[in-house]
Amino acid sequence: MSAILTIFRRELASYFATPVAYVFIVIFLILAGALTFYLGNFYERGQADLQPFFSFHPWLYLFLIPAISMRLWSEERKSGSIELLLTLPVTMLQAVLGKFLAAWVFAGLALALTFPIWITVNYLGNPDNGIILAAYLGSFLMAGAFLAIGTCISATTRNQVIAFIITVMICFLFLLSGFDLVLDVFSGWLPQWLVDTVASFSFLTNFQAISKGVLDLRNVIYFVLVIAFWLMASAVVIDSKKAA
Amino acid sequence: MIKTHSLTKTYGGLTAVDALSFSVEPGEVLGFLGPNGAGKSTTMKMITGFLTPSAGWAEVCGYRIDSQPIKAKACMGYLPEGAPCYGEMTPWQFLNFIADIRGLRGEHRNARLETVIGQLQLEHVLRQPIETLSKGFKRRVGLAQAILHDPQVLILDEPTDGLDPNQKHEVRSLINAMSKDKIIVISTHILEEVDAVCSRAIIIARGRIVADDTPQALEQQSSTGKLEDYFRSVTLSEVAA
Repeated sequence: MSAILTIFRRELASYFATPVAYVFIVIFLILAGALTFYLGNFYERGQADLQPFFSFHPWLYLFLIPAISMRLWSEERKSGSIELLLTLPVTMLQAVLGKFLAAWVFAGLALALTFPIWITVNYLGNPDNGIILAAYLGSFLMAGAFLAIGTCISATTRNQVIAFIITVMICFLFLLSGFDLVLDVFSGWLPQWLVDTVASFSFLTNFQAISKGVLDLRNVIYFVLVIAFWLMASAVVIDSKKAA
Repeated sequence: MIKTHSLTKTYGGLTAVDALSFSVEPGEVLGFLGPNGAGKSTTMKMITGFLTPSAGWAEVCGYRIDSQPIKAKACMGYLPEGAPCYGEMTPWQFLNFIADIRGLRGEHRNARLETVIGQLQLEHVLRQPIETLSKGFKRRVGLAQAILHDPQVLILDEPTDGLDPNQKHEVRSLINAMSKDKIIVISTHILEEVDAVCSRAIIIARGRIVADDTPQALEQQSSTGKLEDYFRSVTLSEVAA
């Protein structure tokens, strides 16, 4: 446990060792705000909720989260420090978890810094704060799922750009699988239950369910399982590279 | 002690390390010699658990690196080739990170930090990011990291590469001072270093041991009495064959 904490602390500090972390947070906040007010018509809707704010999160994460995760393991490989890390008395799971949690907390911090919009909506009207809380939780879980995918891809390559692009592509598939566009391709020749399964694998479907305030345990478990699966895959990838 | 049993590593069709078996006892300083690509680093990476062997096994302090990796790694200090570090950290942050991971606490921790910082003369660069340091300092930070927990087994991949003659001398004295009850394995290209610090030398070529004796005995086997000539005779004939 303490090894996870040690790796977590080092990793989180490394985000803030360069200005990149601050730049990232600023970009995230500007984009989140701009999308809410201009594309989401926050004022014009005349409704006291944060639906226009949260509905853009999947698309915001699609490009911003891979930027957080791409360096997680790629940089270790590139600088060779992975050899140091993996010959210290830590288990693979501790290393993977510690690094992932640091990235997740960093993403959570960026998300938490959007709180002025929550204050704004409470100032303007009487929103259902329970729904907003659920949506924040859903958004955080979804960020974790994106990050877990990014962790695994980052572990496969020493090139951060490649890690970024492949992560965006895979995350895009996970987003899209809830769209009619994708489902129609399958619905013609696959049984309905399988089509429903594909749809239920979508980040979008699960996130939208949570962000509407319906905190169904199944949606939460879905994200937890996605995170667990991809982190396990990361450990397998790193282990298999040791044997290659 | 370190023990390897037909340790083998193949990459595709290429055999980098070919059924290497040897053991090292406490008090020995083993020099690992061989031409580039002979398999020195690969062997060290397998002993320290960074690479998984294709066949065979390695045991450190009585723990198999494949079945009890945490215990084996805990009693080892390792300086990887090129002394990789986290460049954005300062030596002070980096050594504290290592102390945390190694589970050093309280008085003992402070004493160890103070000792290694003194031994490797890092006092003046403690607050500078490692990536801004010279090659020699980076190497010394790497060495400090490896010896911080006063390990029973020390594995150093080219520890003096990039150091100036004075620093080389200091690192050699450091190794000599530590060698009393420990096991130290160093890989090097510098044959004079073997004379200076090693009590035993293993020469490997194409993944196999071609010589294993004290440096003095190896010198005597050469017609000229020089280790360099002996090295050339065994490694070149190996490549030709």
